[in-house]
Amino acid sequence: MTDRPDDHMIVFEDVSKFYGEILGVNRVSITIEPGITSLVGPNGSGKTTLMNLMTGLIRPTRGRVSVLGLRADHPEVFFRRVGYCSQFDSFPRALTGFQFIQSYLRVHGFSKKVSQDLAWRSLHRVDLLEAAHLKIGAYSKGMRQRVRLAQSIAHEPVVMILDEPLNGLDPMARAETIRLFRQLAAEGLHLIISSHILHEVDMMSDRVILLNNGYVVAEGEIHGVRDEMEEHPMQILIRCDRPGLLAARVFEQDSVVEAKIHKDRKGLFIKTRDADAFYLLLNSIVVEDGLIVESIAPVDDDINAVYQYLIGGGEAA
Amino acid sequence: MSSSTEVLAEMKPTRARSWSLWGGQIAAILRLEVRKNFIGRRAFLIYLLAGAPILIMAFASVLISGERRQLSIGELNIIFANAYEALILRTLIFFGCAWIFMNLFRGEVVDRSLHYYFLSPLRREVLVCGKYLSGLVATLVLFGISTGGSVFVLCIGTIGPSYFNRAGVSQALVYVGITVLGCIGYGAAFMVIGLFFRNPIIPGLLIYGWEWINFLLPPVLKKISIIHYLHSLTPVPIPEGPFAMVAEPTPAYISIPGLLIVTAAVLVFASFQIRRMEINYGGE
Repeated sequence: MTDRPDDHMIVFEDVSKFYGEILGVNRVSITIEPGITSLVGPNGSGKTTLMNLMTGLIRPTRGRVSVLGLRADHPEVFFRRVGYCSQFDSFPRALTGFQFIQSYLRVHGFSKKVSQDLAWRSLHRVDLLEAAHLKIGAYSKGMRQRVRLAQSIAHEPVVMILDEPLNGLDPMARAETIRLFRQLAAEGLHLIISSHILHEVDMMSDRVILLNNGYVVAEGEIHGVRDEMEEHPMQILIRCDRPGLLAARVFEQDSVVEAKIHKDRKGLFIKTRDADAFYLLLNSIVVEDGLIVESIAPVDDDINAVYQYLIGGGEAA
Repeated sequence: MSSSTEVLAEMKPTRARSWSLWGGQIAAILRLEVRKNFIGRRAFLIYLLAGAPILIMAFASVLISGERRQLSIGELNIIFANAYEALILRTLIFFGCAWIFMNLFRGEVVDRSLHYYFLSPLRREVLVCGKYLSGLVATLVLFGISTGGSVFVLCIGTIGPSYFNRAGVSQALVYVGITVLGCIGYGAAFMVIGLFFRNPIIPGLLIYGWEWINFLLPPVLKKISIIHYLHSLTPVPIPEGPFAMVAEPTPAYISIPGLLIVTAAVLVFASFQIRRMEINYGGE
């Protein structure tokens, strides 16, 4: 069989989903490459709808979704490659964590021995070995979150879709989980994650998809998305020995729209519409005027700023 | 721990492996469903329901043996036939199957755990089959024991072991057989109701009403029911009262395969419908 480009991507082609008259998502056309992609947006923006569409829990009203060239209509092939940790904080009754994971691995068709091994391996990955034989009903919120994560990765999928996977985890577990995600992404997996903790999205994501009211408002690598937002000049803080001199020189460029000396008089904030041109100018100032630069840091080149500019109205949810 | 190669080898089903894979998946669903639904405190009510006819028959046998006159086998058969019809067929099997089979899917939707099956590499028709079989195994064991136990307790307590030396055993087996067919037929109907109705109680009550008024219906309409075929199979015919519309009982060679064919058709319908089912717990 020929290897088509779509066989390595998650593809939404003009996908819309309506719940009766209520819009879920509208006219979504995106292609998601391997790595960590985060879905960001406020409540009701369509993050979970996109994830449910990817996994066939719901069907598009219009358009087509494929994951690595596969459709969820053929679950016997599809779900060997895809794992979904949904947001539903609910479990089958009367099962321990181990029984929960192992039982569904048996439903996958694994033998008893292999399903036990895989269940232990996944519980180990989420650091839940000690609670493996406790009933899930006795688990804390964080433990329930981890056992769901373990269940979704137990069959070693190639694509993992994770709806708010960090919810309810303590800081240590969050850091461990993010490390696990990065490790899985480094192994070539697709990870689609929705999260409302923007700095964590910033920390772990290769790409973001920003959603608002069922529409994709931006997508791509975070800094790339930021660069394309010309109506919002990029803010950069330059820590240097002579901010006054730097302020005088930067206005040589039309793209610089504002320059402000830092309160401690050891730095300069600038706003520019063309960051690349500004960095070239800065190089020449350093060479020509002997300016000593301690640090250069984009102030609003993160997901939080992108989110605020594009969607506004406080934190994502 | 197993190596990744071993795991991947297991993960790749071939066409030749499909049947054994489906068999394994059905067995896995069966184990999981039995563990979830029939072990633990929640199952207590269904055990109580299944045990009730045996207790009632034991009580009846004590009352009967307290009388001066010894009952004949014919009289005992009529007593049991009436008790079976009212207590076991129309109450235990109907409500027991309604509870167990409706909950197979509806219970999971209410518990918000159906998506775990939908997110497994499992054909949805295999899921229907596995769920149905798990309900069937549970009802056959519970209600089969209940039926057999009721015959045993009533007859041993009144006539004694000699009942089973005559035609008693075959008669008891016929009742167990009717129980099996009842579970098969009602099970499929209630599973489909639980699958497609958000509030299955209303269609359940409608079926209950339809089955109860079956004796009043003209012969053609009688045949659109499960009770008519089960009733036709009972070894001791029971009069249905002065208002009953008399109809010829359907012979066993039609009623048994007929019931099985209709059950199969209902399950095939469910298998097609479930392919289009979406998970939307929010609306529940």
